[in-house]
Amino acid sequence: MKFAFRLVTCLLTLASLPAVAAWDLPQLMTELARNQGGRAHFTERKYIALLDKPVVSSGEMRYVAPDYLEKRTLTPRLEVMVLDKDEISLERGKQKLTLRLREQPEILAFVASIRGTLSGNRAALEQNYALHLSGQRDNWTLNLSPSNPRIAELVTRITISGSRQQVRSIEYLQADGDRSLMSIEPLDAR
Amino acid sequence: MKRLSARPVLLWLLGLALCAGVALRAHYTADMSAFLPRSPTPAQQLLVDQLTEGVLSRLLLVGIEGSTPTGRAELSRGLAKHLEDGGLFLSVRNGDAAILARDRELLFANRYLLSPTVRPERFTPEGLHAAISESIDLLASPIGLMLKGLLGRDPTGELVELIGSLDTSGSPASENGVWVSRDGERAILMLQTRAAGSDTDAQALAITQIRSAFANLASKAGQPEARMVVSGAAVFAVNSRTAIESEAVRLTTLGTTAVIALLLLIYRSFTAVLLGLLPVASGALAGIAAVALGFGTVHGLTIGFGTTLIGEAVDYSIYYFVQSDEEEEGGWMKRFWPTIRLGVLTSIFGFASLLFSGFPGLAQLGLYSIAGLVTAAMVTRFVLPHLRPAKLRIHDIAPIGRALAGFWAWLSRLRLIVPILGLAAVLVLVANRDHVWSSSLSGLSPVSAADQALDQSLRADLGAPNLRYLVVLKAGSREDALERAESVGERLRGLVADGVLAGFESPARFLPSTATQQARRNALPERDALARNLETALVGLPLRPDRLNAFLDDVDQARTQALLTPESLRGSTLALAVDSLLLERPQGWTVLIPLRTPDGDAPFQAARVEAALNGTEALFVDIFGESNNLYRTYLDEAILLSLAGILAIVVLMGVVLREPMRLVRVMVPVVTAELIVMAGLVATGHALTLLHLVGMLLIVAVGTNYALFFNQAEQNPGDDPRTLASLLLANLATVIGFGILALSPVPVLQAIGITVGPGAVLTLVLSAMLAHRAPR
Repeated sequence: MKFAFRLVTCLLTLASLPAVAAWDLPQLMTELARNQGGRAHFTERKYIALLDKPVVSSGEMRYVAPDYLEKRTLTPRLEVMVLDKDEISLERGKQKLTLRLREQPEILAFVASIRGTLSGNRAALEQNYALHLSGQRDNWTLNLSPSNPRIAELVTRITISGSRQQVRSIEYLQADGDRSLMSIEPLDAR
Repeated sequence: MKRLSARPVLLWLLGLALCAGVALRAHYTADMSAFLPRSPTPAQQLLVDQLTEGVLSRLLLVGIEGSTPTGRAELSRGLAKHLEDGGLFLSVRNGDAAILARDRELLFANRYLLSPTVRPERFTPEGLHAAISESIDLLASPIGLMLKGLLGRDPTGELVELIGSLDTSGSPASENGVWVSRDGERAILMLQTRAAGSDTDAQALAITQIRSAFANLASKAGQPEARMVVSGAAVFAVNSRTAIESEAVRLTTLGTTAVIALLLLIYRSFTAVLLGLLPVASGALAGIAAVALGFGTVHGLTIGFGTTLIGEAVDYSIYYFVQSDEEEEGGWMKRFWPTIRLGVLTSIFGFASLLFSGFPGLAQLGLYSIAGLVTAAMVTRFVLPHLRPAKLRIHDIAPIGRALAGFWAWLSRLRLIVPILGLAAVLVLVANRDHVWSSSLSGLSPVSAADQALDQSLRADLGAPNLRYLVVLKAGSREDALERAESVGERLRGLVADGVLAGFESPARFLPSTATQQARRNALPERDALARNLETALVGLPLRPDRLNAFLDDVDQARTQALLTPESLRGSTLALAVDSLLLERPQGWTVLIPLRTPDGDAPFQAARVEAALNGTEALFVDIFGESNNLYRTYLDEAILLSLAGILAIVVLMGVVLREPMRLVRVMVPVVTAELIVMAGLVATGHALTLLHLVGMLLIVAVGTNYALFFNQAEQNPGDDPRTLASLLLANLATVIGFGILALSPVPVLQAIGITVGPGAVLTLVLSAMLAHRAPR
């Protein structure tokens, strides 16, 4: 999953910061944490071993800091998934499914990877993952390796890349070798 | 006179012995089912069945609190294991993930027998193409991701069809592998007892087993801070039985003690008190014997109610001792007995109307009271004079009467207040006319508010099903039942598609009829044909046929798979779903199909459901509406019976009193007192139930006695201090009897108490105010 967010309030502040040569995790987290939310278009490709071609879906995402995320898939089927605080709800056709995260530690950890990144919450991320940052401020890549064995059974690695406070792509490498890649294009106006 | 005949005394002793014999051999019960109506309509019969025998009556909800989340989960698993092995429970569910996984495996292994989409057209090239495309699309969703591993074996998504049609939104939350409340502070278990809800002894045993098992586990696990709460219809039944049993003893003891104390205070003679209680004790014994003979069993409530009888029956001996003290006994018989006899008759007429009640419990109260009062009056009239020692003198209470006379004179001057009070009461009643009567059965429930709140919170935790709307059908055999359930299901599916229903449960979902299972099995093509169709179907899809060999294997195997039977579901929660919806009864099979209504405020279109069921023998039931209808029916019945009782009393007195003006003077205080009591109850936020109505009937039965005394033609009690004092004393005894009921935590008794206690006082005061006084 992914999301996008736009800086709404702090552009001036950011612009006035001195350029720093060394780009490090605390700086990334601080920058991400300033993001108050926004809308983005996403395209997700799932590479599944059984299938000859990836399954492609696309739609819009909306993020409101710190814990509301809505993913509206428009193709191939309309589906709305909302992550609001402690609850994930999913609506597809006539089906509606609600999950409480605390019931499902694996899903919670999974969600924490997204939410932690979006909100720049390093402590939340490090609960379940070892973090490795590379690249520069304008083109960074953050690698999350599960440190929790129960998550490692599902996901081998999560790779998030972006530019400044904007996440551009999220890749999940699943334990069974399947992989999904979501690319994110911010939309104007919040 | 005393020396004349010992025959009445001998007859009395013989009668007592007989009654004691019957009472000793009688069967006693305290189950609240006596307050469930008999002989309702089919829909109501179902409701009563559900309350006494059905799934709802067997359901127990258990919450484990305190301790830590993992501690609670451990206790939940330990308790579930222990109770499953104990054998008193049909099912024990705590949301154990292992059990859910077992259910899923069972569903998956039988998916081609269970899935409603399994039809011949599903396996044509077109059908396969559509179904597989759908499955691939689903992979884009997080839902699909969970099912990804099954794609090779189930490319048409039959498991998704099965699980997707289940109600997931209402399922309980879970944590550490067991069900927990929404806030996570309580681990939850759902149990179904083997015993029916009406078997209170067995239910009590099951509840005791839960409690002791939990106490053992908690102490073994070193979690003394863990607590357990249990709720459910059976808990209510067991608790109310305990309450009623202890109440019957407590109220009788209290009432007797208080009345004895009052009499001692007034008479200052132990002999007189003992003699005065003889009619009461005889009456109570006769009442129990009459109920035992008439009904086969005696309800604990009936005995608890006996305390009121003490209050009224003791009146007779009070009149006898106080009024006859300085008179020739023949004079008392002549002067007062006719009045007392008329009072007894009016009471009998009042109670007689209860005999016709649809609630066996109320009918028992009626019979008990009639037998008790008649016996008490007869013993007073024919036995007491023989037992009374010649020199028995009670303390002279004439001074009290003289003091009262002054008070009475003052009261009489206030008589204009009576119509004002009556009018005010009418106004209160008119202003509140929409909520004078309680509209639900819950007013009769002996369940305390705290118990009800606990039950609701446990149910909410579980997302326990809302069983308000049901479709019910009957059948001669299990197969017949399942086939009918399927055909009704067909019709209901149309309503689901139209959005009238959100969904429905059916036993045929997990146990389709043999015919349906065979049809589904026959719909599966042979392996070669399926392979050929698949080849065509996959053109244009990112899936190659050679990846679906497991699918070909599974379908091939399903073609010869054994059909599902109740036995093959045994041990899974699916069996519970089937068992709770498919009931075997002595008279055949009953299928319950609970309906789920759509979210939102739109009114439920019951008429659409009824229309859809047209032509089938299935019955649509609105449990909520039905139970209220049921209550309405019985409230209407009780109102009618009470009015008939009051009318009978009026006619009786009209005949005896002859003069219309005397009848009016007797009835006005009684009717005014009734209105004031009703208005008072309504104004203090009580919604009146059947039991208040019974109480009002009692006010008429008891109150007319006072009014009659004040309206004796020959002499006014105000002119006779001792008669006046005897009335006050009798009234006090009555108020004590009923006043004690008002303190009872059992709503049935409490309602009668708070109605009759104030009513009796009011009738006496109003009668005194309005009595015709001879000019001095």
